Amino acid sequence: MAGVLGLAACGGSGGGGGQAAQSSAATGGGKQQVEVFSWWTGPGEADGLQAMKKIFEERNPNYTFFDAAVAGGSGDKAKALLQSKLQADTPPDTFQGHAGAELQGYIKAGDLEDLTFLYDELKLKDVFPAQLVDQISVQGKIYSVPVNIHRSNVLWFNPKVLKEAGVAAAPTTIEEFVADLEKVKAKGKIPLSVGSEWTVTHLLENVLLGTLGTDAYNALFKPGADWNSPQVAKALENFKTILSYAGDPQDDWQPAAKQVADGQAAFTIMGDWAYGYFHNPPEGGLGKKSKEDFDWAPAPGTGGTYLWLSDSFTLPKGAKNRDGAIAWLKVAASKEGQDAFNPKKGSIPARKDADQSLYTDYLADALKDWSSDKLAGSIQHGVSVSQPWLAAINEAVGLFIAGKDVAALQKALAVAAQANAQ
Amino acid sequence: MRRARSWLPGLLLVSPSIVAIGVFVYGMLGWNFRLAMTDQHDEVSEGEFVGLKNFVDLWDVPRWHVSVDHAVMFTVVFVLGALLLGWFLAFLMEKGIRGEGTFRAVYLFPMAVSFVATGIVWRWLMNSGTGERAVGLNRLFDVIGLPQWQWFRDPDWGMAAMAIPAIWQMSGYVMALFLAGFRGVPEELREAARVDGCTEWGVYRHVVLPLLRPVTLSALIILGHISLKVFDLIVAVSGKQIVTDVPAVFMWVAVFDAHDPAKGATIASYIVLSVAVFVIPYLVWSVRKERRS
Amino acid sequence: MTAVVTRRAGAATWVRFGLLLAFVVVFLIPIYVLLATSFKPLTEADPGQAWNLPRTWTGEAWRVAWEKLSPGLWNSVLLAVPGALLSCALGSMNGYVLSKWRFPGADVLFTLFLFGMFIPYQGVMIPLVQLLVKLNEWTGLQGVFYGGIPGLVLAHVVYGIPICTLIFRNYYVTIPDELVEASRVDGAGMLRTYWSVVLPVSAPAFAVVIIWQFTSLWNDFLFAVFLTSPTSWPATVMLNNIAGAQATPYSQQMAAAVLASIPTMLIYVLLGRFFMRGLMAGALKG
Repeated sequence: MAGVLGLAACGGSGGGGGQAAQSSAATGGGKQQVEVFSWWTGPGEADGLQAMKKIFEERNPNYTFFDAAVAGGSGDKAKALLQSKLQADTPPDTFQGHAGAELQGYIKAGDLEDLTFLYDELKLKDVFPAQLVDQISVQGKIYSVPVNIHRSNVLWFNPKVLKEAGVAAAPTTIEEFVADLEKVKAKGKIPLSVGSEWTVTHLLENVLLGTLGTDAYNALFKPGADWNSPQVAKALENFKTILSYAGDPQDDWQPAAKQVADGQAAFTIMGDWAYGYFHNPPEGGLGKKSKEDFDWAPAPGTGGTYLWLSDSFTLPKGAKNRDGAIAWLKVAASKEGQDAFNPKKGSIPARKDADQSLYTDYLADALKDWSSDKLAGSIQHGVSVSQPWLAAINEAVGLFIAGKDVAALQKALAVAAQANAQ
Repeated sequence: MRRARSWLPGLLLVSPSIVAIGVFVYGMLGWNFRLAMTDQHDEVSEGEFVGLKNFVDLWDVPRWHVSVDHAVMFTVVFVLGALLLGWFLAFLMEKGIRGEGTFRAVYLFPMAVSFVATGIVWRWLMNSGTGERAVGLNRLFDVIGLPQWQWFRDPDWGMAAMAIPAIWQMSGYVMALFLAGFRGVPEELREAARVDGCTEWGVYRHVVLPLLRPVTLSALIILGHISLKVFDLIVAVSGKQIVTDVPAVFMWVAVFDAHDPAKGATIASYIVLSVAVFVIPYLVWSVRKERRS
Repeated sequence: MTAVVTRRAGAATWVRFGLLLAFVVVFLIPIYVLLATSFKPLTEADPGQAWNLPRTWTGEAWRVAWEKLSPGLWNSVLLAVPGALLSCALGSMNGYVLSKWRFPGADVLFTLFLFGMFIPYQGVMIPLVQLLVKLNEWTGLQGVFYGGIPGLVLAHVVYGIPICTLIFRNYYVTIPDELVEASRVDGAGMLRTYWSVVLPVSAPAFAVVIIWQFTSLWNDFLFAVFLTSPTSWPATVMLNNIAGAQATPYSQQMAAAVLASIPTMLIYVLLGRFFMRGLMAGALKG
């Protein structure tokens, strides 16, 4: 125990980072565990985590990486478990969370340390895009280190099915999209495949962005934003129209994506984690050929905008091994760490200085767009809305799927925004 | 009443359990009801006493009505289904049949398997694709000429489908209970009824069924409380979707997703109360009945 | 397992036999899908081919599942065996006292106990975690009550008290009071009477409780994931990490599911006959 305290004191004084931690831990003797809490257990994501672990343990011979991953749809179970740990004041040394508003609750509860010192020390504000730093800052402070960037607004499609239906190119506007859905429907294929209810919220955020445009979309999450506007009403009407072309809901996004890959469905709108699923060999993938069996484009009406989300790591207050956690955050923030993790996870690094040669095919496109596009934050994946807000939105969408009542949906969304925007 | 010296050792022997139940059951229930009567709608605030406000407000939430309706439908289908199927299986085996041990083992074994394990299979089996996209049971039904269903994704009858895995799991237990009940009816009673000129069906109606009433009642209680608390199954098969929402899932969402402790506690209170409403009379009744006999 | 052929063998028996057989097929459908899929290579493991037998049989999924699951299996044994035995001990003593050695208010207490069965556990998970963390602090035993198997056993045993007490009590009510009285007259105390008169005839009730508790301890996910830490995770949490991830090595998931269920199935087979006798003893009492 004394060794840990000594380390903590050492880390608190700032100084030489990884190197200092190493030497002081060596004098303390014995290996210290660093408990890393995440929801990455699947192929790809778990491999990426292992790659970062390797780098972490090479750089920090005195620490062992302790994997505390709990699986379950976008971290549902992990988040619940985390909640109980935080409330009992027994946090893991570091935990995964979507960067952005998802962390608001933890920040308000005083569970997280401000990481500005780390950003200053590692000069992270220079290597992360300014818009990103801006969108994850809370009153000038930053509470997490983004390790990757995913894109939400991707329209995946089956080129063969489109050709068969007489659709020449991927639709770029909502109107074109609806027209194309109609053409596919006429051919008897599923125009748009969807999964469980959260994938419909995912669709909603894309339709909102596609209808409203980037600035109006981003404004929705500011305090006092008007969700009762006719523009939002129009977006929700679009949402209803598009949803009317959806096939039977599948169990989750994978079976929905598979319908596209297998040529049963034409389109699906899903985040770019779908790329790995389409492309990777079996053991977590379908082994399909890109551009041939499946292809992609920005979701209709969202070209030029990167609807982003990011997995990030935090520093909980009262972590048993604070220094070890900081050492982990340094790996997560490093070029080497991000370039090891992301090609396996199927995402792009948050840093601007990544080794571009590692990112091919879809990921090369993503990297290019990331450097030039405007940014908008995802709803379903925790960037723009807090957890209670998201829960309210998901509830509204779930009820909408059953009732298809646009007015009720808009009212519920407005109430949710009023209660939660800050 | 015997003297204290004779009953005190008994009380001592039970006292660890009394303490444990006191803390873990009643302590937690007290914590829960207290929380439900505050306005602590996030984890940070202290929460002021607001009486029964949360209990009233919940009825203004559309989702609450959906989840209650679902729970009622699930309960009716599950309890009746498991009861009837369990009874029927026991009825078929009552008089003994070749391979009875094997039959019993097969019917009982679903109880041994957790829904963490079988959730995926039920998702496959109850896939809502139809026609050429049918997989799972719909494919099977297609082949043998039965109609195809939306299963648990049907907005109106979905919860009835959700009861199928639950019936699969519990009807074996009900079968065992009834079989034990059938076997517990003394042969002399049946014989006496036959001598009195009863037909086999008459024997069954007038002798066996009345004696099965207590078994039926305890099966009803066990099934009923499982049904009102049902959570694992639904989360394993469908996740936390509104189309299969029930109060237990809603509670989870309120506590862990919406971070609204008071709302979660209110829903938990309603679950406990709804269970209590039909369990307490049963408990009182059975204890009294026993004392009389 | 003795085959009893009824007096009125004939058409009716065959109809009954046929119906029972049909239900066996229905009951085994999910297991067929589990088993068939678990022997498929990853490319074949797909809902669309759920009904097909594997075209290429492979044990690969089983190997991977075993690799991922085996650390958890041992934890599950450490959890389920002591948990089931402790539940038996407590339940048996409670049942004995509440049926044969009553004290004033015993019936009220029994009713209060039973109510414990009906708590929705998800609702009390947060205070429960806090309580166990406090127990760690008070006792100075870090990682025992919260974060270790003992705490998980404690939670299961405590929440199992109601059902175990109920089963034992209903069973002991069927033991004639005279036996206990006779022992008393002979001068035996409460514990001696329990040991020499009641315990020897308790096997069926033990079987029911062991089956019930072993199954719920072994299969529980909720308590396990909240109360333990990764080194003490039982098999269900590992299984969830294989089966619950956003990825689709279906054959591994299904092999792991079968693997994790084998011990409980074994318990059913081993204790099956006692189980029936135990149920039978309590059946007509309600």
